[in-house]
Amino acid sequence: MPYSPLLVRPMREELTSAGVKELLTAQDVDAFMAEKNGTAMLVINSVCGCAAGMARPGVRLALQHDRRPDRVATVFAGQDLEATARARGYFPDIPPSSPSIAFLKDGELVGFIPRHRIESRSADALAGDMVALFNEHCKVPAG
Amino acid sequence: MGTFHQGKSELHGITVVVDTTGQEIFIGRCDDETGEGIILHDVDMHRDGEGGRSKEEYVKRAAMVGTWKKHDALLIPKERIASVRKLGEL
Repeated sequence: MPYSPLLVRPMREELTSAGVKELLTAQDVDAFMAEKNGTAMLVINSVCGCAAGMARPGVRLALQHDRRPDRVATVFAGQDLEATARARGYFPDIPPSSPSIAFLKDGELVGFIPRHRIESRSADALAGDMVALFNEHCKVPAG
Repeated sequence: MGTFHQGKSELHGITVVVDTTGQEIFIGRCDDETGEGIILHDVDMHRDGEGGRSKEEYVKRAAMVGTWKKHDALLIPKERIASVRKLGEL
Protein backbone atom coordinates (compact mmCIF):
# COMPACT_ATOMS: atom_id res chain seq x y z
CA MET A 1 0.00 0.00 0.00
CA PRO A 2 1.44 3.39 -0.95
CA TYR A 3 2.58 5.71 1.84
CA SER A 4 0.89 9.02 2.45
CA PRO A 5 1.60 11.53 -0.34
CA LEU A 6 2.59 14.03 2.32
CA LEU A 7 5.22 11.66 3.65
CA VAL A 8 6.81 10.98 0.30
CA ARG A 9 6.64 14.51 -1.07
CA PRO A 10 10.09 15.47 0.31
CA MET A 11 11.51 12.30 -1.23
CA ARG A 12 10.11 13.30 -4.60
CA GLU A 13 11.29 16.87 -4.24
CA GLU A 14 14.79 15.79 -3.33
CA LEU A 15 15.11 14.66 -6.95
CA THR A 16 12.81 17.06 -8.78
CA SER A 17 14.55 20.05 -7.21
CA ALA A 18 17.75 18.79 -8.85
CA GLY A 19 16.09 18.87 -12.26
CA VAL A 20 14.96 15.24 -12.40
CA LYS A 21 11.70 14.86 -14.31
CA GLU A 22 9.03 12.89 -12.52
CA LEU A 23 7.20 10.25 -14.58
CA LEU A 24 3.82 9.68 -12.95
CA THR A 25 2.03 7.57 -15.54
CA ALA A 26 2.79 4.78 -17.98
CA GLN A 27 2.34 7.30 -20.78
CA ASP A 28 5.00 9.52 -19.20
CA VAL A 29 7.37 6.54 -19.14
CA ASP A 30 6.64 5.60 -22.73
CA ALA A 31 7.29 9.17 -23.84
CA PHE A 32 10.59 9.26 -21.96
CA MET A 33 11.73 5.92 -23.34
CA ALA A 34 10.60 6.78 -26.88
CA GLU A 35 13.38 9.35 -27.16
CA LYS A 36 16.31 7.24 -28.31
CA ASN A 37 18.95 9.82 -29.08
CA GLY A 38 21.64 10.61 -26.55
CA THR A 39 21.98 9.56 -22.95
CA ALA A 40 19.32 9.13 -20.31
CA MET A 41 19.18 8.09 -16.68
CA LEU A 42 16.12 6.70 -14.95
CA VAL A 43 16.06 6.62 -11.17
CA ILE A 44 13.69 4.17 -9.48
CA ASN A 45 13.01 6.09 -6.28
CA SER A 46 11.91 4.36 -3.09
CA VAL A 47 10.65 5.18 0.37
CA CYS A 48 13.04 2.75 2.03
CA GLY A 49 15.56 4.79 3.97
CA CYS A 50 17.97 1.87 4.18
CA ALA A 51 19.08 2.47 0.61
CA ALA A 52 17.10 5.34 -0.91
CA GLY A 53 18.28 7.63 1.85
CA MET A 54 21.69 7.60 0.15
CA ALA A 55 20.48 7.13 -3.42
CA ARG A 56 18.81 10.50 -3.70
CA PRO A 57 21.75 12.55 -2.37
CA GLY A 58 24.01 10.45 -4.59
CA VAL A 59 21.97 11.36 -7.65
CA ARG A 60 22.02 15.03 -6.71
CA LEU A 61 25.79 14.96 -6.30
CA ALA A 62 26.35 13.12 -9.57
CA LEU A 63 24.23 15.61 -11.48
CA GLN A 64 26.64 18.38 -10.49
CA HIS A 65 29.29 16.74 -12.67
CA ASP A 66 30.13 18.56 -15.91
CA ARG A 67 29.35 15.50 -18.02
CA ARG A 68 25.87 14.25 -17.32
CA PRO A 69 22.99 12.56 -19.14
CA ASP A 70 20.93 14.48 -21.63
CA ARG A 71 17.75 13.50 -19.82
CA VAL A 72 17.12 12.35 -16.24
CA ALA A 73 13.81 11.07 -14.95
CA THR A 74 12.39 9.17 -12.01
CA VAL A 75 9.54 6.86 -11.13
CA PHE A 76 8.56 6.18 -7.53
CA ALA A 77 8.34 2.49 -6.62
CA GLY A 78 5.50 1.65 -4.26
CA GLN A 79 3.83 4.98 -5.04
CA ASP A 80 3.38 5.42 -8.76
CA LEU A 81 2.67 1.77 -9.40
CA GLU A 82 1.67 1.94 -13.05
CA ALA A 83 4.62 4.10 -14.04
CA THR A 84 7.07 1.91 -12.15
CA ALA A 85 5.72 -1.29 -13.68
CA ARG A 86 5.96 0.22 -17.14
CA ALA A 87 9.51 1.39 -16.53
CA ARG A 88 10.57 -2.06 -15.31
CA GLY A 89 8.96 -3.54 -18.39
CA TYR A 90 11.64 -1.88 -20.49
CA PHE A 91 14.32 -3.93 -18.69
CA PRO A 92 12.82 -7.43 -18.64
CA ASP A 93 16.12 -9.17 -17.91
CA ILE A 94 16.86 -7.08 -14.84
CA PRO A 95 15.29 -8.24 -11.56
CA PRO A 96 13.24 -5.40 -10.07
CA SER A 97 14.74 -3.58 -7.13
CA SER A 98 14.32 -0.17 -5.59
CA PRO A 99 16.01 2.13 -5.35
CA SER A 100 17.93 1.44 -8.52
CA ILE A 101 19.29 3.42 -11.43
CA ALA A 102 19.24 2.63 -15.13
CA PHE A 103 21.50 4.34 -17.62
CA LEU A 104 20.72 4.35 -21.34
CA LYS A 105 22.57 5.45 -24.42
CA ASP A 106 20.72 5.79 -27.71
CA GLY A 107 17.88 3.79 -26.22
CA GLU A 108 20.06 0.86 -25.07
CA LEU A 109 20.66 -0.03 -21.45
CA VAL A 110 24.40 0.44 -20.87
CA GLY A 111 24.51 0.56 -17.09
CA PHE A 112 22.41 -0.49 -14.15
CA ILE A 113 22.95 0.06 -10.44
CA PRO A 114 20.72 -2.32 -8.50
CA ARG A 115 19.63 -1.76 -4.92
CA HIS A 116 22.29 -3.99 -3.43
CA ARG A 117 24.98 -1.75 -4.97
CA ILE A 118 23.41 1.23 -3.20
CA GLU A 119 22.86 -0.22 0.27
CA SER A 120 25.42 0.66 2.92
CA ARG A 121 27.21 3.11 0.66
CA SER A 122 27.73 6.80 1.01
CA ALA A 123 26.20 9.35 -1.34
CA ASP A 124 29.74 10.21 -2.48
CA ALA A 125 30.55 6.61 -3.35
CA LEU A 126 27.30 6.15 -5.22
CA ALA A 127 27.78 9.42 -7.07
CA GLY A 128 31.21 8.15 -8.06
CA ASP A 129 29.64 5.11 -9.73
CA MET A 130 27.26 7.33 -11.67
CA VAL A 131 29.98 9.77 -12.67
CA ALA A 132 32.02 6.85 -14.01
CA LEU A 133 29.09 6.02 -16.29
CA PHE A 134 28.70 9.69 -17.26
CA ASN A 135 32.39 9.93 -18.14
CA GLU A 136 32.17 6.80 -20.26
CA HIS A 137 28.99 7.64 -22.15
CA CYS A 138 28.11 11.33 -21.93
CA LYS A 139 29.44 14.05 -24.18
CA VAL A 140 31.78 16.72 -22.94
CA PRO A 141 29.64 19.83 -22.56
CA ALA A 142 30.15 22.44 -25.26
CA GLY A 143 32.59 25.12 -24.15
CA MET B 1 15.41 11.26 4.93
CA GLY B 2 16.42 8.47 7.25
CA THR B 3 15.22 4.95 7.73
CA PHE B 4 11.85 4.10 9.26
CA HIS B 5 13.06 0.77 10.56
CA GLN B 6 14.40 1.12 14.05
CA GLY B 7 15.09 -1.58 16.60
CA LYS B 8 16.19 -4.17 14.04
CA SER B 9 19.57 -5.77 13.47
CA GLU B 10 22.31 -3.81 11.73
CA LEU B 11 21.75 -5.85 8.58
CA HIS B 12 18.14 -4.68 8.35
CA GLY B 13 17.35 -3.57 4.81
CA ILE B 14 20.57 -4.98 3.38
CA THR B 15 20.58 -7.62 0.66
CA VAL B 16 22.52 -10.58 2.01
CA VAL B 17 23.75 -13.94 0.81
CA VAL B 18 23.01 -16.62 3.37
CA ASP B 19 24.94 -19.80 2.67
CA THR B 20 23.88 -22.91 4.50
CA THR B 21 25.67 -26.02 5.64
CA GLY B 22 23.61 -27.91 3.06
CA GLN B 23 22.88 -27.59 -0.66
CA GLU B 24 20.88 -24.38 -0.45
CA ILE B 25 21.99 -20.80 -0.63
CA PHE B 26 19.62 -17.86 -0.16
CA ILE B 27 19.71 -14.23 -1.25
CA GLY B 28 17.24 -11.76 0.19
CA ARG B 29 16.80 -8.50 2.02
CA CYS B 30 17.50 -8.96 5.69
CA ASP B 31 14.58 -7.99 7.89
CA ASP B 32 16.07 -9.02 11.21
CA GLU B 33 18.35 -11.43 13.00
CA THR B 34 16.84 -13.18 15.98
CA GLY B 35 17.77 -15.99 18.31
CA GLU B 36 16.09 -18.34 15.87
CA GLY B 37 17.94 -17.26 12.74
CA ILE B 38 17.78 -14.66 10.03
CA ILE B 39 14.55 -13.39 8.50
CA LEU B 40 14.78 -12.52 4.81
CA HIS B 41 12.31 -10.73 2.55
CA ASP B 42 11.99 -11.09 -1.25
CA VAL B 43 14.09 -14.23 -1.21
CA ASP B 44 15.69 -16.23 -4.01
CA MET B 45 17.05 -19.71 -3.33
CA HIS B 46 19.52 -21.80 -5.28
CA ARG B 47 20.65 -25.39 -4.83
CA ASP B 48 24.26 -26.19 -5.52
CA GLY B 49 24.53 -27.47 -9.10
CA GLU B 50 20.97 -26.53 -10.04
CA GLY B 51 20.82 -25.45 -13.69
CA GLY B 52 24.48 -26.39 -13.99
CA ARG B 53 25.53 -23.60 -11.64
CA SER B 54 27.47 -23.91 -8.43
CA LYS B 55 26.62 -21.77 -5.45
CA GLU B 56 29.48 -19.39 -6.27
CA GLU B 57 28.45 -19.08 -9.92
CA TYR B 58 24.94 -18.25 -8.79
CA VAL B 59 26.23 -15.60 -6.38
CA LYS B 60 28.51 -14.10 -9.02
CA ARG B 61 25.58 -13.59 -11.38
CA ALA B 62 23.38 -12.22 -8.59
CA ALA B 63 26.06 -9.71 -7.62
CA MET B 64 25.85 -8.18 -11.10
CA VAL B 65 22.11 -7.70 -11.55
CA GLY B 66 20.28 -8.98 -8.47
CA THR B 67 17.84 -11.83 -8.08
CA TRP B 68 14.24 -12.76 -8.88
CA LYS B 69 12.35 -13.45 -5.70
CA LYS B 70 10.85 -16.88 -5.15
CA HIS B 71 9.53 -16.26 -1.63
CA ASP B 72 8.10 -13.18 0.04
CA ALA B 73 9.74 -14.05 3.36
CA LEU B 74 11.72 -16.88 4.92
CA LEU B 75 13.34 -17.63 8.25
CA ILE B 76 16.68 -19.40 7.82
CA PRO B 77 17.28 -21.30 11.06
CA LYS B 78 20.47 -20.40 12.88
CA GLU B 79 21.73 -23.98 12.96
CA ARG B 80 21.65 -24.17 9.14
CA ILE B 81 23.59 -20.96 8.51
CA ALA B 82 27.21 -21.29 7.38
CA SER B 83 27.82 -17.64 6.49
CA VAL B 84 26.07 -14.32 5.92
CA ARG B 85 27.61 -11.85 3.47
CA LYS B 86 26.41 -8.58 1.97
CA LEU B 87 25.67 -9.05 -1.73
CA GLY B 88 26.83 -5.51 -2.45
CA GLU B 89 30.31 -6.35 -1.20
CA LEU B 90 30.77 -9.40 -3.45
